[in-house]
Amino acid sequence: MSVIEAQGVSLTFQTADGPVHALKDVNLTVRPGDFVSFIGPSGCGKTTFLRSIAALETPTAGRLRVNGMDPDAARRARAYGYVFQAPGLYPWRTISGNISLPLEIMGFSRADRAARIDRVMELVELSGFGGKFPWQLSGGMQQRASIARALAFDADILLMDEPFGALDEIVRDRLNEALLALWRKTGKTIGFVTHSIPEAVYLSTRIVVMSPRPGRITRIIDSPLPPERPLDIRDTPEFIALAHEVREGLREGHSYD
Amino acid sequence: MTEAALNAPVPRRLRIATGDLLPILTVLLVIVAVWYLGAIRMNASWERDQAARAGIELTLPDLIGRTLTQDRPVLPAPHQVAVGLWEGVAGQPVTSRRSLVWHAWVTLSATLAGFAIGTGAGILLAVGIVHSRSMDQSVMPWAVASQTVPILAIAPMVIVVMASAGITGLLPKAVIAAWLSFFPVLVGMVKGLRMPDAMQLDLMRSWSASRPQQFWRLRLPSSLPYLFASLKVAIAAALVGTIVGELPAGATAGLGARLLSGSYYGQTVQIWAALFAAAILAAALVALIGAVERVTLKRMGLTQ
Repeated sequence: MSVIEAQGVSLTFQTADGPVHALKDVNLTVRPGDFVSFIGPSGCGKTTFLRSIAALETPTAGRLRVNGMDPDAARRARAYGYVFQAPGLYPWRTISGNISLPLEIMGFSRADRAARIDRVMELVELSGFGGKFPWQLSGGMQQRASIARALAFDADILLMDEPFGALDEIVRDRLNEALLALWRKTGKTIGFVTHSIPEAVYLSTRIVVMSPRPGRITRIIDSPLPPERPLDIRDTPEFIALAHEVREGLREGHSYD
Repeated sequence: MTEAALNAPVPRRLRIATGDLLPILTVLLVIVAVWYLGAIRMNASWERDQAARAGIELTLPDLIGRTLTQDRPVLPAPHQVAVGLWEGVAGQPVTSRRSLVWHAWVTLSATLAGFAIGTGAGILLAVGIVHSRSMDQSVMPWAVASQTVPILAIAPMVIVVMASAGITGLLPKAVIAAWLSFFPVLVGMVKGLRMPDAMQLDLMRSWSASRPQQFWRLRLPSSLPYLFASLKVAIAAALVGTIVGELPAGATAGLGARLLSGSYYGQTVQIWAALFAAAILAAALVALIGAVERVTLKRMGLTQ
């Protein structure tokens, strides 16, 4: 059983300068509970692929299934929660109110909403901050609130598009650790787009290396690292070897002609 | 009144720091001084003619004294306008036809009615334009065109057409006020409703939100800063529209009627008093909206 299945997925944008091949013949199977990172330079199609899974873009060729459904149907079935680079919290809503937003849209009852908000706030370690407004929280806390919002309606897939890209290194480390703990606790399938090799290696069970023009997968690396990963795992030879492999994958896909 | 001026940061309370007092007073003094000089100069020729006819020789202090106390001056002096304004406001029972409060109320009621109609129309059209491409292309050019026609040309037609249909009084004036006030609201709201960025809209899509949900929960709250900015322009425009609407009807009530009858009978003090009453009314309305704006946006976290 696969959660995400892509067979020969291509996506071509028609622009004034001619067609742009954002994705070309992408094949990938994601198993339940996988933590898959997509890494590659700008224009390699990693974000486009994530957006296609979320039915925010429509592939022009190939077959893409999410939970065995086409992406549009999967979205209506609340298959995924999406986290963007910016938290995108509404300034006029409290943190609780922001987490409540998708629940209101999906028609959950008031009591159910309150229970779910409590649960996901605890999950992202924001308990007690529900009554605060976004501007009263740090950037890292805001991003945690946006992750809570994506988790609130119990989607089994979490799609994250460079969620920590705008945060500083220290906060980022802290959130990476918290995200791993959350993933182990909830068993969600996570699709994670990043620019950072250490981040991809630290988090993932599988690393998908992509390259641009046309956007394609050049290498899929299964991580030998154990699920339990303290931050200092990054100094082990296994970690360094894996990072090296990812770097090589990036280099071979990159043509400088 | 420009958009930039309306968007300028407004102090929390209108507290004037002592350092600001000197320049403010200086400007005020210069204006009053220029006004007095203008009044003396413009009213002097009539006094000289009078004196020549009566065969009297006027000294300069005499001339100045007389130019500032005429019954029907070409340009009334500031203190004459102040007295006219004071008598119009406090010197009459408010139900009197000579009361500026009564006339101001007549104008204000039509202004508020027109402002309500214009704001409602502006918001509705903006909602349509944001949600429908064909409305964007078909309505916007007409809205722009409506504002290029001089309101002085439209107003008499509206009054006459509506009077022939038996509608007189407040409503025709309100229609003219609405004509002027819907446009800033329309432009502001189209901009405001389009404020949410692509990411915000994608988030909504990822939750499979319907268009009404997207509108009420995202677009409308996001547009409020723009709505308030345009409401301030709209209420001032509605007041102008109402006063213009009071001119051609030969109306007997309203600040516009005071302007008109003042010019018929050469009562320049009355004209200026009515002008100042209108200006004070406009300032009060704009300030009122500004106060609501500050409270609302602060509570919504849209201003820090």
